[in-house]
Amino acid sequence: MTLFRRSEVVIAAILLVAMILIGLVNPAFWQVDNLFSLLRSNVIIGIMALGVLLVMLSGGFDVSFPAFAVAAMYLTVKGMLYFGYVGVLVPFVCAILIGAACGSINAFFVWKFRMIPLIVTLGTGSMVRGFLLGVVGTSMINIDRFPPVLIDFAKAEVFTITKADGTHSGLTAMVLIYFALALGVHLMLRHTMIGRSIFALGGGAEAATRVGFDLKKTIFFIYCLAGALAGFAGMLHCSMIWLANPRDFVGTDLEVIAAVVLGGASIFGGRGSVLGTMLGVFMLVMVKNSLIIMKVDTTWQLVVVGSIIVIATAATAWRDRKRQA
Amino acid sequence: MSDVFLDLRNVVKRFSGVAALDDVSLTIRSGEIHCLAGENGSGKSTVIKVMSGVYRPDSGSIAIDGRTHSHLTPIEAIRHGIQVIYQDFSLFGNLTVAENLALNTELRNKRKLVNWRSVRDLARRALDRLGVDIDPEQEVDELSTAGRQLVAIARALMSDPRLLIMDEPTTALTRKEVETMFRIVRDIQAHGISILFVSHKMREMLEISERLSVIRNGRMVAEGPTSNFDESTIVRHMTGHDISSETYHWKAPATPTPPRLEIAGLTLAGAFEDLALSVHPGEIVGLSGLLGSGRTEVAQALFGLEPGHTGTVRIDGVPVPLDRVQTAIDAGIAYVPEDRLTEGLFLTQSIDRNILATIYERIADWSVIDRPKAANLAASSIKALQIATPTGDKPVGELSGGNQQRVVLARWLLTEAKVLILNGPTVGVDVGSKAEIHRIIRDLAVEKGLAVVMISDDILELVQNCNRIVVMHRGRFVETFETADTSEQRISDMLTSFK
Repeated sequence: MTLFRRSEVVIAAILLVAMILIGLVNPAFWQVDNLFSLLRSNVIIGIMALGVLLVMLSGGFDVSFPAFAVAAMYLTVKGMLYFGYVGVLVPFVCAILIGAACGSINAFFVWKFRMIPLIVTLGTGSMVRGFLLGVVGTSMINIDRFPPVLIDFAKAEVFTITKADGTHSGLTAMVLIYFALALGVHLMLRHTMIGRSIFALGGGAEAATRVGFDLKKTIFFIYCLAGALAGFAGMLHCSMIWLANPRDFVGTDLEVIAAVVLGGASIFGGRGSVLGTMLGVFMLVMVKNSLIIMKVDTTWQLVVVGSIIVIATAATAWRDRKRQA
Repeated sequence: MSDVFLDLRNVVKRFSGVAALDDVSLTIRSGEIHCLAGENGSGKSTVIKVMSGVYRPDSGSIAIDGRTHSHLTPIEAIRHGIQVIYQDFSLFGNLTVAENLALNTELRNKRKLVNWRSVRDLARRALDRLGVDIDPEQEVDELSTAGRQLVAIARALMSDPRLLIMDEPTTALTRKEVETMFRIVRDIQAHGISILFVSHKMREMLEISERLSVIRNGRMVAEGPTSNFDESTIVRHMTGHDISSETYHWKAPATPTPPRLEIAGLTLAGAFEDLALSVHPGEIVGLSGLLGSGRTEVAQALFGLEPGHTGTVRIDGVPVPLDRVQTAIDAGIAYVPEDRLTEGLFLTQSIDRNILATIYERIADWSVIDRPKAANLAASSIKALQIATPTGDKPVGELSGGNQQRVVLARWLLTEAKVLILNGPTVGVDVGSKAEIHRIIRDLAVEKGLAVVMISDDILELVQNCNRIVVMHRGRFVETFETADTSEQRISDMLTSFK
């Protein structure tokens, strides 16, 4: 396999060129501050993208994860306040379980009724959001009530540097969590049979059954893990911004899907990688970041994200068709 | 007497009361190549599914190595060494050759983790065993059809089968690839593995097999050593009647008429050059040539799909500029493409809609479709072309290949075409339907005074149906034969000399 046929190499090359170009237009880009903040912005989108990648590899499409993330974080934080609980581990486990439970609803409908995942997740996402606002509450939990223990946890930094003017900038330790999760998902996809069954399902459900994969297990695994990742990301998100907003993550679905597609995953399933997805996430965040630095109006960001989806999807579709020539 | 590996005895299989298999017995000996011949819908695939344990017979038994079973489960069938290579190969296009080969073994060993080194080793051994040169690290989607088939065969051989069932294995292969596959099949046979070759292609069956069974309407109608059969006897068994093999005669009328279709100096850069041809009403002219000789481009140019061509085309003496499809249709040219499935039909739409697709303008008043008129037209077309369907509302995708082809013909005949261009009119159509379609085409040429141009790889088809055959090579018409004065052999010799 030649180097350039690997999607990751192409994406990395494009990313590098884009970084150099952006750096030329705006030298502030290469400042440590900016790079650290860029990486910080990767964390939440990146963790969600891992879940979306799993679903996309299996040939499905998930738009419910922002709702699951919101539900997991808001319910958990509400619970913490209600019980007066102080701790980090239990809330995160809680959020993961809530996400996984929501994911299992997706899996049930996809498996039992052979429904198109896009439709299932559109429905469940909307249901979960509505349920949350209608039953649990609509008020934001902001800094005056937000559990300090979570704030302290998310403040942790890997290392800090002191700049010439005496101010500090630090790289959040949350990137380590992101990298660890990414490594975990990568190893799972590449080196376990359940991971390979996801690729097999994306390659062809009929053939996967004939070979002897248990697709029920695979489908539940995919959607529960995607839900769990979303729940975890939601929890981490609110800890990092000190705010639990039940109307959060609007429009995130588009950004995350754009990042995954940009990372070379095929929307028809069966092709994609964790490394590519991480590069795609970085590229998306970087583009958004430079639009902000260049003081481009935020409404135009929508146009950019939309264009990224269309162009990246066209490019991967073209790649896959050429492969089958 | 060689020993028997598998013996189907008096198997009956019904689906909602209708017998798909009616008292079928079939004996497969160890290490033989056995052909199962039959038309589409004759019960071939039901036989495969009974053998591989997918279907449970209603009565009868399956004996393997002399031990009798009332039925098999898929797992038991595999354990007894029965492997099926399906037409779609059941491979994962997005995975590498190596992983495709190893997945079965890994799953059978109930592995949780993937050992990529053992995956590669397994794959390497499987490919070496077949003696083929395929890169195990390649993705299956990047392989040709023949390559994919080899991978499917290699995968089947990994489980040490005793019987390899191949369902229509030559459908998408070129002649050369078929020869390679036959060599491999004989090689497999040399290892004592039986092969059941399910097909409807006469010549290939006669070439490869030692014994042959013919199934028709769920009954075994003939069985014996292949040397007892020839093409016409197989056809007779498959269809239940003799297929006429008389040729088509066309007599020039006493008073000369202008040709329906007249081509002069037709040229398309890179495809064909300076072509001249006249086709009179009622004539069926065959166009033969190797793939890439330019024959398909000629057909497309005549249908307005190659606007870059130069030269003149006259219909009934009137020059027509064939720069668009619509001008071709307006001039009375109808084209039935090579791949009717992708180029010609809307598979999920009803038969009626497909038939009427090109003439909606004519049956509409002020853009509103005249429904009774449409229904009548469609119904009379279905009747005229003997399309086997209870109703015109059925989706075309549910019809057999032969009937689909008739739908395409019906559509073009409604345009009141004067010139009918047929590209591979019976590709993928079984023998019985083939003869029917030929008869329809011939009748149409005579009754409606059509000028027909028939392009085909099947020289026999041309010899049987055309009064004249033009041979094309490297974009030129190099030879014209009056069918009465030539033979299939002469034309095929000529084509071989071009290779």
